[in-house]
Order: sequence, then structure tokens, then C-alpha cells
Amino acid sequence: MKITYVKAVVEAQAQAMRDDSGVFVLGEDVAEGGPYGTTAGLAEEFGTDRVLNTPISESAICGVAVGAAQSGLRPIVEVMFIDFVTLALDQLVNQAAKAHAMSGGQLRVPLVLRTQGGAGRRWGAQHSQSLESWLTHIPGLKVVMPSRAADAAGLLASAIADPNPVVFVENKMLYFKSEDVPKRPPVVPVGRALVVRPGSDVTIVALSRLVDEALVAAERLAGEGIEAEVIDPRTLVPLDLDTIVESVGRTHRLVIAHEAVVHGGFGAEIAAQVQAAAFDDLDAPIERVGAPFSPVPFSPPLEDAYVPGAEEIAAAAKTLLA
Amino acid sequence: MPSLDSEAALGLLRTMWRIRHFEERVGQLKRADEVHGLIHLSVGQEAVAAGVCSQLQGDDAIYSGHRAHGHAIAAGAPIERAMAELMGRVDGLCKGLGGSMHLVDTEHGLMGATGVVGGNIPMALGSALAARMGDGKQVAVVFFGDGAVQAGHFNESINLATLWELPVIFVCENNGFAEFTPRSAHTRVERVTDVVAPYGLTRETIDGNDAVAVWETFARFLASARAGRGPLLLECLTHRLRGHYEGDPAHYRKALEAKDWQAKDPILRLQRHGVEEGWFVEDDVKALELEEQKAVEAAVEFARASPFPPADLIGDLTYA
Repeated sequence: MKITYVKAVVEAQAQAMRDDSGVFVLGEDVAEGGPYGTTAGLAEEFGTDRVLNTPISESAICGVAVGAAQSGLRPIVEVMFIDFVTLALDQLVNQAAKAHAMSGGQLRVPLVLRTQGGAGRRWGAQHSQSLESWLTHIPGLKVVMPSRAADAAGLLASAIADPNPVVFVENKMLYFKSEDVPKRPPVVPVGRALVVRPGSDVTIVALSRLVDEALVAAERLAGEGIEAEVIDPRTLVPLDLDTIVESVGRTHRLVIAHEAVVHGGFGAEIAAQVQAAAFDDLDAPIERVGAPFSPVPFSPPLEDAYVPGAEEIAAAAKTLLA
Repeated sequence: MPSLDSEAALGLLRTMWRIRHFEERVGQLKRADEVHGLIHLSVGQEAVAAGVCSQLQGDDAIYSGHRAHGHAIAAGAPIERAMAELMGRVDGLCKGLGGSMHLVDTEHGLMGATGVVGGNIPMALGSALAARMGDGKQVAVVFFGDGAVQAGHFNESINLATLWELPVIFVCENNGFAEFTPRSAHTRVERVTDVVAPYGLTRETIDGNDAVAVWETFARFLASARAGRGPLLLECLTHRLRGHYEGDPAHYRKALEAKDWQAKDPILRLQRHGVEEGWFVEDDVKALELEEQKAVEAAVEFARASPFPPADLIGDLTYA
């Protein structure tokens, strides 16, 4: 059955709400479905007692989710743009992430914070960022970033069932991409990477929207006789390093591609972990592909030039094989 | 309207003496480097903790802030485990991983204490929402100081709690100082009840050093919250006898004259009041105070005997 990524997100929430009366959704405009329809139809099926519209109060919304989770519910809190997570960081970083450890294990915070990032819609620098690496720096948070509809469904189910706070990062440019997804998509465990395309000459680890770009790059490289293996980590924390290291053991070369700014991006963490685990397997320095160190520009040709894609990934791979 | 009786008053006095002796001992132990970290004592503010928490059930949710010892003790947390926590010992309430500003005791309803001023306020709304979604009669109570009122999350939370009519009681301990700065230097609005007035929630400013007033007002508030009549705000005017934290030289304010403090001290006031009412005689109170003093000493010995947590606890509780 062909469905869109956004439909997969909606359906995963609906299924979790059918299965567990403690699951509820809150956020700005969620009862109306939100700007992308990521909660469309939930209020109609479950009522506005379980699909709670909130004022534009990110700190309070996230705090409500933390308290409700500590008191036994399983909130799914939507922060409409990852850019707005800045307003909720106390609740996420100081409260949710630390409650279990600081209480000596007494408290649990089983919440999912759904949000979306990425450029490409000409929305300017405050609605287009990729801020996931900030959140990967916080012990206690899990960070999930699916690139495909089936994974969005399967990982969201796992995230909701997880006893920890999970940040679920969607991408606005992926929402309306249609894919084949089984009627009841299989659950995808948090912390497991997927080899999206096998290859033997170079490993490309790509995040979120850049997985598709990596596949395009791989097809181009294949035309030149280079077989690239494309890996989607799907989860950033905890990272499935084994799958990446196993691949690098065969290809001896690694490109890491994400839409976030390269500087301080999650690619740096992957690169550091891979070189520590597999230094002797590497035949070339690890290449990173990402955005330049600049706010996302508004003007369409500039935004297009800013966002990394297949061309940059293929070029990076060829650098390693030169 | 519920009113305090002999038994309840003696209960309050016992709790207040327990807090007072605990806090004063913690101050000494901090200076002796046996208790660690940033220590904020609530000496002088005991009536609020005791008057509020004595009326809650274990399944109600309590959230506290950085000045949390009194709330934890009044909620029923075992003082030997609270003391062990402040010493960073493995038998502490939080296995020594939380510390003074992060006391949690879920068994007694204490669901969190935060060192981020006001960060606890929206979380209390979440527990109140959970209570309502569970069709229970539980309420959430959140303690904060007047310093939190100028923070965004306070205003967001008052708005949301009133919008959703949540069973949450906001308890503001207005000691007149936000850290080192008098309230008048932070805001033009003197009373916290005036800050929230436009939201229309039930609110009252009382003398927070009057244990009888705290207990009786909170009893009414609690009945209202349990009946599902929405959130309430109780502003307790009180006085922090010590600095903001232990070691604070407190140059920013004049020390209270001893005789003025005698008049204000919430414990001595309740004792005088109870004797006048005929609820108890002075000897009863003296005996009770000594018992609590001894209990605090026993807590210190318990905590000293408890080992520091094993190093392999680092990282062990990062995820559930």
C-alpha cells in the first residue's frame, strides 16, 4: 500500500492511542491536524480530551508532557518546528533527560517529542534548521530521525513504547513522499541502522532527507564503476555503530552526510566513533557533507545552494577514491 | 470551614521542629564539609511546608524547587534518607545522584525538585492532567519562590492551568528576595496574587509564618481543587532567616533583630497560639521538640554510616 511519510506518522500515533489509553497528543493546533497534517483525524477519532490543542507556550507544553509522563501517562508532544525546541530546552534537557538518573531511578519519563526540521521551503533561518546534534549531546535523551515512511511508522511505535524521553525528528521535505508500506508496518527498534543499498567501494552514512540524496549519488557513482553502500542510522542515540563499522571494514572509506551544518554536526560524532573503532580499516580520511557555517538563507537560489545533496555526496565519495 | 485542632496542631509542630532541626544541622554539616553542594535552607519558612504537605495524600503530586528540604520532610520523606542524600550517600533518597536541589521521594508523592527556578511549575500541570485523565481526585501542588514569578514558564503555566481548569495548587513562598535581590528591584507588582489576577483563578495572600492560616486556607483550597473547581494560587508571605544559600554573606539585607524574629518565628507563634487555645501545654511541646532533635541526630549517624555510591552507578541510570 502506498502511503506518505506524514500519513505513516499519523497512523502510528492513532494505533498507539487505540492500543493504550494512556497515550495522548498535545501541541499547537494538533486537534486541527497541524500545518502538515501530522495529527490529522486524531481529534475526530479520540476526542479533544486526548488530542489537546495548546497555546503557543513551548516550555509549558513540554513541561506538561514531562509531568504527565512521570505520573504514568505516555504523552506525544508536538513541537511544530525544531527551531522552537529552543523555547522548551529547560524541560527537555534539565528536566526530562535527567529525572530518571537524578531520582536514583524512581522517576521515568516515557514521552515522545515529535518535531520536524530541514530547509527547502523558503521559510528562512528560523523555520529551516537541523538542530538534532544539540539533543544528541544530552545523556538521557534518545534521538530518532527516520528517512522513510515505513521507518517513521515503525520507529514511532517503538518511541512511544520506550520508557525514556525520545526526540523524534521528522523532515518537512519528506512528508509528502509516497512509499510502499505494509498495512500494519513492522515495529522498528530504536537503535538499529538499516543498510539501504549494499556496496563494496565506499560507505555513505546519511541522515534523514539525505538518505534519498545518497541513493541518487550512489546510482551516479555506479555509472562510474563505484559501488557505494548507503546506511541510514535511523537512530542517532543510541547509535548502531556496529553496522557502520562492519561496512567500513569492507569498503575502507566513509562519507557522512547530513543536512545540518557540518561544524559540530552529528557527523563529527560518527567520524570520531568510527576512527576509534576502525582506524586500521580506513584507507582515507573520513569525509563529511553538510551545510556551510551560515544561517539558512531565504532567497531560493541561495537556499538551494546551501542545502547539501547528491552532487556533494558523490563528489566526496570520489575524493576518497581518487 | 475546616479548622485546626489540637491533634493537627501538634502534628504541624512536630513537622516544623523536624524541619528546623534538620536544616540547622545541615547548615553546620555544610560548614564542616560533610554535606555537599549548593545548600538552600528553609529556616523560617517551615509553616508553609508543614501546613500544605500535612494535608496531602501519597498519590497527590508535589513539586518543589531548589529550597526543597522542608517540603520533602513535610511530605513524609524519611529524614535519614534525606540526610544521606545531602551527604551524597548510596542510601540517600536518590542514591546520592540527586543532591539537595533534586530531592525526589515518589512513595510520598514528591515527584521532583529542580534547581532551575520555575522549571517545576509546568511539570505540576502534567501531573494534574494525569490525575484528571485518570478520573482521580488527586491534585498537584507546586512550591516556588517569588523569584519564579518573573520567569516565562510561570506565566505560561498559569495561563494553561486556568484554560484547562487543572487540579493544581500553586504555592508561592514569597520571602521578598529573589536570590539576592529584593522583589521591588525585579517587578512593579508587589503581590503575586495581583500578577495572576487577570486569569481569574482563586487566589489569596496570607501570612505564611502563621501556621494556622496556612493550614486553614490550604484546607479550603485543597477541597476546591479536589472538587474539580480548577487551579488556585496561595501566596505565603514569609521570611527566609538565612542567606540564599549556605555561605551567602547576605550583605544585601539587614539581619532581623532577635526580638522581631521571636515575634515572627512560625514555630514559636504556633506554640504560643496552641497554649492560649488550650491545645497543649509547654511541656508537651518541649518533649516533642527534643524527640525531633534526637531523630535528626540519628539521621546524621545513619547518613554517616552509609557508603558513597559505587562508581559503576555512573551512567547506570541514564536510561530507564
